[in-house]
Amino acid sequence: MVGLDRAGTAPDLTPVAVDFHTVFVDDVSRHYGRRRALAHVTIQAVSGEVLGLFGPNGAGKSTLISVLSTLLKPSGGTVRYGTHTMEDMGDALRGHIGVLGHDLYLYGDLTARENLRFFGRLYGLDHLEDRVTDALQRARLDDRGDDRAGAFSRGLRQRLAFERALLHEPRLVLLDEPFTGLDDDSAQVLIGRLRKLRESGCIVVMATHDFDTAEAVVDRALCVDRGRVWTVADGAGTLRERYRRTLLEQG
Amino acid sequence: MGFLQTVWTIARKDLVIEARSRELAYTTLFFAVSVVLVFSFSFVVEGVALTDAASGILWVAIAFSGTLALGRTFERERQADTLKALLLSPVERPAIYLGKLAGVLLLMLVVEAVVAPVVGLLFQAPIGRAPLLLVGLLMAGTLGFAAVGTLFAAMLIRAQSRDVLLPVLLYPITVPLVIAGVRGTAAILAVEPNLAVAQAWLSMLVFFDAVFVTLALWVFGPVMGE
Repeated sequence: MVGLDRAGTAPDLTPVAVDFHTVFVDDVSRHYGRRRALAHVTIQAVSGEVLGLFGPNGAGKSTLISVLSTLLKPSGGTVRYGTHTMEDMGDALRGHIGVLGHDLYLYGDLTARENLRFFGRLYGLDHLEDRVTDALQRARLDDRGDDRAGAFSRGLRQRLAFERALLHEPRLVLLDEPFTGLDDDSAQVLIGRLRKLRESGCIVVMATHDFDTAEAVVDRALCVDRGRVWTVADGAGTLRERYRRTLLEQG
Repeated sequence: MGFLQTVWTIARKDLVIEARSRELAYTTLFFAVSVVLVFSFSFVVEGVALTDAASGILWVAIAFSGTLALGRTFERERQADTLKALLLSPVERPAIYLGKLAGVLLLMLVVEAVVAPVVGLLFQAPIGRAPLLLVGLLMAGTLGFAAVGTLFAAMLIRAQSRDVLLPVLLYPITVPLVIAGVRGTAAILAVEPNLAVAQAWLSMLVFFDAVFVTLALWVFGPVMGE
């Protein structure tokens, strides 16, 4: 575990090491016109931690993930990746972030292998063919690597998209509804993969509605509602019960 | 990964998808040839075409079919939000823009390679009179049109009325390009050709291209950031 870099610390502008061990969201707000999607959110995540974001639809979970992924600029506040910000590091920072979006980011007309190969090239990965083969094996799609991704079921595409997001071994892994469409067996495999990511020092931030599955892997749960974020209290009961209690307490 | 390598990787991906589905090539080509055919019934009377009609119809076919190609190209990126995946990768935004532009440009040029001879045939237009100059005009005009169109199509990818908004935004801005293309082509195809005038219009198209591509490269990143 690495300590936090609080806002106000001079950023390290050395262009050599882009890698980071903490992500600090400092008083971040995001507005879409007059609608407030995030309001003064401050959270931290450290290396080897799986952070769960729970909340009703439209609460701001996906916006928070988009801000963390650098896709959206905050209307106010800062996101720090270790000592860096997106402004400091530019495009190179994105090479350390892996995102599994709700829409999966796969080309239906390309095969599973071609999808992985295409994104691998964009990330400038070495030993690309070996990585692609390994990824297909981990997704349990090694016998369907030459099939079009568009011909896969949602669950198979979800597995492929998850491995696509991890192909470049990112430090920060952002997952938006990762269990969607997965059967019980695939969900357990995904839980196993998330545990391995935690052991390898990744920072995982996951937005999900699937409390029962996520409870097996989440280290810390956050409740997101109307753009605000609260920590789900520890204590008795399941994650779902504690989340509901937190939601009630916060009104 | 180098800048040009990224551009090629993105363009090649689009071309592989198109080669597999041929959806854009067939629809764009069919549309462009249909436009030329319909106009030929109006503007060719007893085997004689109206003066300068061929050049105008050629460029109308290019503009309309190009709009179709632009819309469909970005529709593919919208279906699984793959444009977002491109923006999330550690590549420079201008490389993404140029990659998409290159894919659209190649497709439009393929369509023009078929449509221009069809125009020549139906309107008895001497398209082989100054082939290099005509190719130059078509390439320069298409580049400018695709440059503006790629930017707008990317900007509108999340807009619900994108199919309506794309031509509404695109045509007013590209009118100077189309006019330059029409006048330059007309100068070549006229009964008394004036190649010096055609070259002047080509120079103007090159100038427009430089302005449009530079502006698009400049604004693509900030626009996609929102």
